[in-house]
Amino acid sequence: MTDSAAAAQVQTDLEPRVLTGTHFMLGDHACAEGAMAAGMNFFGGYPITPSTEIAEHIARRLPPLGGRFVQMEDELGSMAAIIGASVAGARSFTATSGPGFSLMMENIGLAAMLEVPCVVANVQRASPSTGLPTMVGQSDILQARWGSHGDYGIIAYCPASPQECFDLTVRAFNAADQYRVPVFILMDEVIGHMTERVVIPAADDIPFVPRKGPRKAPGAEPFLSYKPDEDLVPPMAHAGEGYKVHMTGLTHDERGYPALNAESHDKLVNRLVDKIRLHAADIELYEEIKVDDADTIVVSFGCTARSARHAVQQARLEGQKCGLIRLITIWPFPEQRIRQLIEQGNVKRFIVPEVNLGQLRREIERLTQLPVERLNHAGGAMPTPEAILEMIRS
Amino acid sequence: MSVTEQTIQPAANIHPIDNLLRADRLPHILCPGCGIGTVIHGYAHAIAASGIDENNHVCVSGIGCSGRAAGYMNVDSYHATHGRALPFALGIAVHNPELKVTVISGDGDLTAIGGNHLIHAARRNVNLNVICINNFNYGMTGGQVGPTTPLGAKGSTAPLGAVEEPFNLPYLAKATGAEFVARWTILHVREFQDAVLRSMEKTGFCFIEVLAPCPTSFGRANKIGDGLHEVEIYRERCRIENGATNLEDLDIDLLDENKSITVGNFVDIERRPFMT
Repeated sequence: MTDSAAAAQVQTDLEPRVLTGTHFMLGDHACAEGAMAAGMNFFGGYPITPSTEIAEHIARRLPPLGGRFVQMEDELGSMAAIIGASVAGARSFTATSGPGFSLMMENIGLAAMLEVPCVVANVQRASPSTGLPTMVGQSDILQARWGSHGDYGIIAYCPASPQECFDLTVRAFNAADQYRVPVFILMDEVIGHMTERVVIPAADDIPFVPRKGPRKAPGAEPFLSYKPDEDLVPPMAHAGEGYKVHMTGLTHDERGYPALNAESHDKLVNRLVDKIRLHAADIELYEEIKVDDADTIVVSFGCTARSARHAVQQARLEGQKCGLIRLITIWPFPEQRIRQLIEQGNVKRFIVPEVNLGQLRREIERLTQLPVERLNHAGGAMPTPEAILEMIRS
Repeated sequence: MSVTEQTIQPAANIHPIDNLLRADRLPHILCPGCGIGTVIHGYAHAIAASGIDENNHVCVSGIGCSGRAAGYMNVDSYHATHGRALPFALGIAVHNPELKVTVISGDGDLTAIGGNHLIHAARRNVNLNVICINNFNYGMTGGQVGPTTPLGAKGSTAPLGAVEEPFNLPYLAKATGAEFVARWTILHVREFQDAVLRSMEKTGFCFIEVLAPCPTSFGRANKIGDGLHEVEIYRERCRIENGATNLEDLDIDLLDENKSITVGNFVDIERRPFMT
């Protein structure tokens, strides 16, 4: 066999980066394939149930395509490594679950402060602490928003199916680059371990939003790594491109140099929050079912939303005026839409089923005086359609 | 005659390493007598002598006084979180093997809070050069003892003297797999610089411990009057032993006048490179 024939043979054996087609696929694998399709080229992670299948899948898929898979010594290192890879230009990724997510928190703050794009999948399990490692939880949603010390903005997607694990992972990489933020995919054990139909589009149909780079070649003028454009997001130069950037987790000025004073701090931290807050309408995603005339609105996300959808459809058949808002981005939380529905005046109450003791409920309670009824399980089991239906009827 | 700006201009105002330092960040924050500036100087000279495009040099630091080193280097430079300089640097080095990544950080950052990353980066043989500035204590937070503080030495968290055995860092680095291991002090300017240069030629994990005075914190608590005094200790008690094989015997006791301090380039081997 000639060299070129051998190369062609290898090429034939190589699975393509985008597995276009219809698959019967595990949620965790769909997430991994979403990352592959998005062009992820660095994964640093540590095994943890129930997210391990993401790492295992990428360990097999990524290296033949030239990407780097590194199994790190812990999640502290995983998070630091994906930030490092990203400042060198990678689309970088890690996957974990609650205990690992806790360990990542300090460096998630670093990614927010350095404005380094990166994506973290957290397949939630029943917590706190070691909890129920193989069983479902949805109790990391507030940690995802507020877990690292200080104020900053992030984006978090909550897939409710393997298909969404794929689609939202692609979207997460684009959002991370567009806004220069850490982006979370808040899966849960039920979704991660569910196998369903997943349709992967042609490679050319995978959306790609590039990271903004410097507009001038490196020169005498120092590059201002933290001078924001009108959208509050600064263009980013990578290690090795000649811009001699400095990035520090200390409060810094537009050059990236430490600026240890209250005024600089206030300006910087407000921008970190505002660059997400002011783009919330562009980022937010939610699905609505029959909310316009509903007096009862169920708000849910992730696996719980599957029960909620069934319950709402059943209740409608029984003549109940109820609807569902399924949060696809949990952060930013679509509060304008919820306020709007409240102002329309039909809504009499909200029902919030979730596998935690009321984390999402708090978000809704702060928007309204209307009753916000809870349907919680601490973890290990999820609310059934019957339980939600019963609540809608009551 | 009035003194104008013109009259105080130095005759030659370009130093060979000027372009490798961020002059716009001076004056630096380091104390009089601190050894970190000398380490930065040695690193800059090694970059200049390396023959590697300065745009391909990257410097990463952790937290602490030594953690500020990256911020003075006019190369792509990153100031990571406490203890995490190594995995941060791993991400850079593995994603872009063209880059020559050097981690400059302190003994506390690299061997206490970052100790796990140190042994695993060495085990993997990641293409990184580590310059570990050992000043025997946590300087920036005011002189607490750490994993390198000699037994009995005083610190603000050990007012009666440290009660723990310290690390012997070259021994640790060798045992965990480093391709190149050296120990120098800031007195050994040229030898240190050559060691950094050698590490830049290698494609695996290189570890250089460099002893540096911290007169403000460690010195004051331990009757080492100023930076010069500690450098005098280095001069009197350091013994150069390149290629020393008995690394297990090379622990340092700065306060024991009868104990010599062995310095040198100890290990220079080849191992399988990691993802280069």
